[in-house]
Amino acid sequence: MINEPRLLEVRKNVLKQNDVLARALRGRFRTQGTFVVSLVSSPGAGKTALLERTLSQLHGQYRVAALVGDLATENDALRLARSGVPVKQITTGTVCHLEAAMVQRALEGWNVGPLDLLFIENVGNLVCPASYDLGEDLRLVMLSVTEGEDKPLKYPTIFNSADAAIITKCDLAAAVEFEEEAAMANIQAVRPGMPVFRVSARTGDGMEIYLRFLTRKLLREDGDAVNEDIPLAAIHLSASK
Amino acid sequence: MHELSIAMSIVDMAQEEAERRNVQVDAVHLELGALSGVVKEALLFSYTVACDGTLLEGSRLVVKDIPIEVFCPSCKLPRTLVSMQWFHCPDCGAATSEILHGKELVITALELRQ
Repeated sequence: MINEPRLLEVRKNVLKQNDVLARALRGRFRTQGTFVVSLVSSPGAGKTALLERTLSQLHGQYRVAALVGDLATENDALRLARSGVPVKQITTGTVCHLEAAMVQRALEGWNVGPLDLLFIENVGNLVCPASYDLGEDLRLVMLSVTEGEDKPLKYPTIFNSADAAIITKCDLAAAVEFEEEAAMANIQAVRPGMPVFRVSARTGDGMEIYLRFLTRKLLREDGDAVNEDIPLAAIHLSASK
Repeated sequence: MHELSIAMSIVDMAQEEAERRNVQVDAVHLELGALSGVVKEALLFSYTVACDGTLLEGSRLVVKDIPIEVFCPSCKLPRTLVSMQWFHCPDCGAATSEILHGKELVITALELRQ
């Protein structure tokens, strides 16, 4: 007689610890009136450049700050600090992504006062950050024109986990023969309906419309009635086929 | 490559459960969603490493792949995606982003030593 394997049923979410912590962070941010935006992309897609420009332009209108994840250096934090807003580095060592516990630790003892907006720049990586909720309200995934139009198809999980996409380095689009329509279709294939913005952090093109989107999201969090008809840069190209 | 830290969490959780119930574990059963962000092969390899020197040493990780199931707003039915590169109903073609299954990373059972 063959013995059936004896199974002990359990049901345990492996990432429960992170999820519980992320939920607690989200609750805390909400109570404090802080809208939290995280940025994910591959290394070199321009997260820091976009964030530098974002912080500079929002500084003065809103109380903003940024946490920035990096494996080893503090270079990004030093760059971002030039915008004049509080910036704190999270050095992850060998860890290829941020986790909720790292965000929590970074917030401890960081005396920034009340914030309207907190940005969290993840480690450059299109794989691992997808699994970890950081307690953010909005996840932005970035794709630079130099990377190729098929990035969304190669990394559907992270694109699917995001709330909006930003195509960066648009000033270089013509030089690298970037096929915008293909990129848009690929984004819409893996995340139908996702707003897409085109920006150049270098020239400032597209910044206004993207910042308007962010600030409207922020205001809605505060409970204000906000008109939803954001003129999304790319929606007209969405793959509604 | 975050599979090693995930494997270590799996081993920790299974070991804790095994100690609490005073049982010996031959295998850990896991549901792994296609959208979990975890690569199965890397996880299986990492699991062996993570088990070293623990009560789980020599145990197996039995992975059940969970496909992506979405709710089709047009058919008003759950549908299983054919490709994770195409979040559209395989039946009617409607775009959808309401995910019902596919993000699982869940220990479902411990297989006990006889």
